[in-house]
Amino acid sequence: MNNLTFLFAAATVLLAGGGCANVKPWQRENLADYTMRSDRDPVGDGQAEHIWFSREEANGGAGVGGGGCGCN
Amino acid sequence: MNTSPLKKVIPVALLIGSLLTANAALKVGDSLPDISTFQLEGKLPDAMKGKVVIVDFWASWCLPCAKSFPTMEELQKKYGDRLVVLAVNVDEKAANMDKFLKSHSVSFTVVRDGKQRLVEVVSPETMPTSFILDPNGKVCFLHNGFYGEKTRHEYIKEIDSLLK
Repeated sequence: MNNLTFLFAAATVLLAGGGCANVKPWQRENLADYTMRSDRDPVGDGQAEHIWFSREEANGGAGVGGGGCGCN
Repeated sequence: MNTSPLKKVIPVALLIGSLLTANAALKVGDSLPDISTFQLEGKLPDAMKGKVVIVDFWASWCLPCAKSFPTMEELQKKYGDRLVVLAVNVDEKAANMDKFLKSHSVSFTVVRDGKQRLVEVVSPETMPTSFILDPNGKVCFLHNGFYGEKTRHEYIKEIDSLLK
């Protein structure tokens, strides 16, 4: 491995490593906010699930295998 | 074999960098750093030397912290002058702490580490984390998190052992 390749590899590792942020336990205020919850909007979730179920009915929608009519 | 100096320098630089960024968390057997030097907001207890001290790191957004507050209050009342409960808030906004304290009224000391200097040094693994110090200021017990009655029993057992 020549110097240039080694330098390039080291720089890549450093840049990639620099992109990782370690959020400390006392810095999790924003992460702990209610708006960060995936289930924060029950109505929206219900609508999204209905759309998914209707669209994917031929494959059983969100449950077990269905009739395949796709008519929900 | 002729090795380039670059190949020697970079691994050493990486090692030094990782050592510099490594956390030196406060652990059992250590002494708490002098908290008066960390510019905490709020009045520190007058006398901590010679007493058993619970230093509890908490935040308003942390649910287990809220659950631990009644227990901390109970301990402060149970042991009175023999125990100092020092709750160190790590909220970035003082308003969040104030709002929390309005609905969780307590008699023990609460200070705020708004600049998060002390908490950086202590480096607790979870929120909340509490350290129980003996009368000489040495950390004797460490609690990561709060697990209700289980933690409460442990607190009592540990404080009793230090007050003997």
